[in-house]
Amino acid sequence: MTTKEKWTRLQQQQGRVRMIFEEVDCAALLRKAISLGQESIIEWIESSGLRGRGGAGFPTGRKWRLAAAQKADRKFVICNADEGEPGTFKDRRILEEQAIKVCTGMALCALATGAREGIIYLRAEYSYLLTSLEETIQEFHLLLKKLDLPFDIVIRSGSGAYVCGEETALIESLEGRRGEPRNKPPFPVEKGLHGFPTVVNNVETLVYCAMIIERGAEAFRRLGTKDSQGGKVFSVSGDADIEGIFELELGMSLASFVDLFGDGDTKAVQVGGSSGHCVPRKKFDETVIGFEGTPTGGSMMLFNSSRSMYHILHNYLEFFEEESCGQCTPCRVGCQQLLRGIEAIKKGEKDAHYLQELLRLARTMSVSSKCGLGQSVANPFISIAQNFREEILY
Amino acid sequence: MIRIIMNGSPMEVEEGTRVLAAAQDAGVRIPTLCYHKDLCVAGNCRVCLVEVEGQRALQAACALPVSEGMTIRTNSAAVRAARKHVIELLLSEHRVDCLKCARNGNCELQNLAEEYRVEEREFIDLGLERSLDRSSPSIEKDDSKCIRCQRCVRTCTELQRISALTVAHKGSKMRVDTFFGNPLGDVVCSNCGQCVSRCPTGALVERSSIDSVWSALDNPKLHVVVQTAPAVRVSIGEELGCEPGKRATGQMVTALRRLGFDKVFDTDFTADLTIIEEGHELLRRLKAKLLDHDENTVLPMFTSCSPGWVKFLEHQFPEHLENLSTCKSPQQMFGALAKTWYASQAQVDPENVVVVSIMPCTAKKFEADRPEMRSVGARPDVDHVLTTRELARMIRQSGFDFGKLEEQAYDTLLGTSTGAGVIFGATGGVMEAALRTAYEVVTGRPVPFRNLEILPVRGMEGIREAVIPIEGCLPEWSFLEGVDLRIAITHGLANAWELIEGIKAGRLSYHFIEVMACPGGCLGGGGQPIPTDMEIRLERMAAIYEEDRQMPLRKSHENPDVQRLYEEFLKEPLGEKSHELLHTHYTAR
Ligand SMILES: Cc1cc2nc3c(=O)[nH]c(=O)nc-3n(C[C@H](O)[C@H](O)[C@H](O)COP(=O)(O)O)c2cc1C
Ligand code: SF4
Repeated sequence: MTTKEKWTRLQQQQGRVRMIFEEVDCAALLRKAISLGQESIIEWIESSGLRGRGGAGFPTGRKWRLAAAQKADRKFVICNADEGEPGTFKDRRILEEQAIKVCTGMALCALATGAREGIIYLRAEYSYLLTSLEETIQEFHLLLKKLDLPFDIVIRSGSGAYVCGEETALIESLEGRRGEPRNKPPFPVEKGLHGFPTVVNNVETLVYCAMIIERGAEAFRRLGTKDSQGGKVFSVSGDADIEGIFELELGMSLASFVDLFGDGDTKAVQVGGSSGHCVPRKKFDETVIGFEGTPTGGSMMLFNSSRSMYHILHNYLEFFEEESCGQCTPCRVGCQQLLRGIEAIKKGEKDAHYLQELLRLARTMSVSSKCGLGQSVANPFISIAQNFREEILY
Repeated sequence: MIRIIMNGSPMEVEEGTRVLAAAQDAGVRIPTLCYHKDLCVAGNCRVCLVEVEGQRALQAACALPVSEGMTIRTNSAAVRAARKHVIELLLSEHRVDCLKCARNGNCELQNLAEEYRVEEREFIDLGLERSLDRSSPSIEKDDSKCIRCQRCVRTCTELQRISALTVAHKGSKMRVDTFFGNPLGDVVCSNCGQCVSRCPTGALVERSSIDSVWSALDNPKLHVVVQTAPAVRVSIGEELGCEPGKRATGQMVTALRRLGFDKVFDTDFTADLTIIEEGHELLRRLKAKLLDHDENTVLPMFTSCSPGWVKFLEHQFPEHLENLSTCKSPQQMFGALAKTWYASQAQVDPENVVVVSIMPCTAKKFEADRPEMRSVGARPDVDHVLTTRELARMIRQSGFDFGKLEEQAYDTLLGTSTGAGVIFGATGGVMEAALRTAYEVVTGRPVPFRNLEILPVRGMEGIREAVIPIEGCLPEWSFLEGVDLRIAITHGLANAWELIEGIKAGRLSYHFIEVMACPGGCLGGGGQPIPTDMEIRLERMAAIYEEDRQMPLRKSHENPDVQRLYEEFLKEPLGEKSHELLHTHYTAR
């Protein structure tokens, strides 16, 4: 395909979804939600099949129901706008263009769960958005007042650490402590911010919630596959003919994805950012982008044959070694060992057998680390070290 | 009740129980490192991992509450493999220097390495350089031995509310550090050593004075005297093969004599003396306040025997320094008297007298070093302070079979004591001792409690309070007639903080407050045997009160050597000599 043909195809495919960046009348949407009532809102979100777009993929409707069932004096809705995953930059665009819909999604969650306080946890590097967001929120507060909805949104600036995107670390940081993930259970929906039930949702998730109420659960469910309903905003980067942010259906094969975006020489795609899986060319066909296959929070990085997979893995490991909060042993020390380990193999100080040791270690990290960060280091490590063994060894 | 299946056997446990405790009930010990009974759960070392059916990842037993039907395996292949990895990782990050380590033989990491037979070092040695911080006179910190379990951080924050130790940086650079990485000697640390007591490895240890003490003992020109704090006698046995709660006073005295000390004296003697001085100071303050309405006298009066507490107050509440009793601690009263009254009585040159004290405490090392604590010349009154642990080490080095040592008595002059002196070792003890004397001074009658045991001030509650009505005063003290003496006792600096905040806010009001920096008082001190936890503290506490019960004299003012000291040397409580030797002042920090 020529680039032009690719664009045409891409427009078609995007045309099937078109939710996130569409203008909607948020006042009308909220009026509709109010008339639907708490239970129906939750039912709609549940039956849409929407799963969290922040990476972990927890069913959003179930999360809201759990929070709604809690009896508490206060409840919180937190919009996770920490967007720290390397290769992900879609939340930023959503906040630039559709902040009002993010607020609307938060208000829906408030309606559904009984929360009255909302917080947007904004990545420190996105502080250039502060003024425009403040304005949107002011406007939105006026709307809420008109609708007689008792809900308030404030913005809190993140602390610059990747791990603060993890929901319990995020809450710790909101409470003024170090961003160290907590033990779960209790989950935030039971005991979150200041000990009160708290829903943490990704920016994109919240906008889809708004669109599900706007267009109905069926309109969402229709898209995607049985296990991965709906659309998804992808951040495409790397050795790509076409780069940028695109809203597409979930469930497409990686092969068609690469056809659309690749430069014709794609040797691997890192699906889901540094904490995701690296898929080699020979597996493009069999790989489904979605919860039943290879999930992604949106980041899609394409690599062509000029890239050294050793350097790519090295780069990810350096990232984790630095961004681990450092509290738990498998992640803090494991990341250092994986990094030093591939270096030692490269230098010939350790032999091929040692790579097997490192793979075993990575598996241990995936089951023994305290939070998703340490648990997911194994994803890039194992997928790169196994699929590109030669590049790591020699 | 919740039904669970533990290693294939069904059992019932109470709701809210953590898997770690449930396993213990089932007779299964799950290894831990970051877990400590006194602290909140962290779940960060990942040694206590267990397998829970239906969960992809292994779970930390210390943190995971049981739920209905939970099927737990504590020793599956996956668990063993992960645990071994975790231990190996910790070792790769640890400067494995066991033979030279103060905690060799009593290290939780070493025990686990042994248990899991970590033979070859598979992983790359992350090569941590030794990084000793020896700026504090009490505590030594070596990051290269730190396993980042944060027990010290939680101790300093939760129990002591100081946060001198916090977590700094992230990722591979994450470490336990002071504010802006300042030397431990320059920060708000109270020197209480509670962190040392909870460190599973040798990353935090006391500054050792063993070598200096040996060289003093080896020098024939020197006259080396030793004093033993009340709480040491009920804990030293734990370091030497006895069960917690063993009273080993007589054996300890014998051991000290055999080590070569010229005189074996007792801090309990100066504890009795402290009661006389402090009791009179309290009465003087009450008189000034209640009778003379003196604006400059402040109440409540705070006890001042706990040097961790004193430094805490100097840092955190300097506006309350006037509340502190001006009495030196028993350790320092002893030092001052040993080099004056004792030297003259024994006819030795004070220059040649070396005072060593055996303390359950690391802050005592700092206290001995304070510039205010020099009565004779430039040398400190107390030359060397050893913790309970250090004394036990010296006894082991000497090869004595502690259990078989005969029981000997203290030397007289500075060695005679009463039960009031010994209870200083438990939280509430100073208060009880003070009441036994002050009440009798004022009314001419013993305190109205059976066996002199003032139960309301005893116990382990963080803050305790009581009201002692004063009736039937002697004429001299008639202004106290009908006064309800309001007292409070607190231990653990987080509790002390709460109490002071209550006073500041006007919610609480007292005449006299006993504060001990360490949980349980000195018996739970930072220089005591490791481990220390609530069960062990209770054992030691029971032993202290037992020690009191069997003393022939139970009230400080009945101590014949104290009486003699006043007759021959001090003349009167709060007199000129006392002022010179036994009282001090404090500095805002
Ligand atoms: C290390 C780490 C970083 C994360 N960063 C983000 C983030 O930047 N944004 C986000 O929405 N979720 C992030 N998550 C996922 C959150 O913990 C959480 O699952 C998510 O915000 C829930 O929202 P969702 O259900 O709408 O996806 C991160 C998770 C981990 C373990
Ligand atoms: S897995 Fe890593 S980031 Fe998560 S708690 Fe452990 S050390 Fe911190």
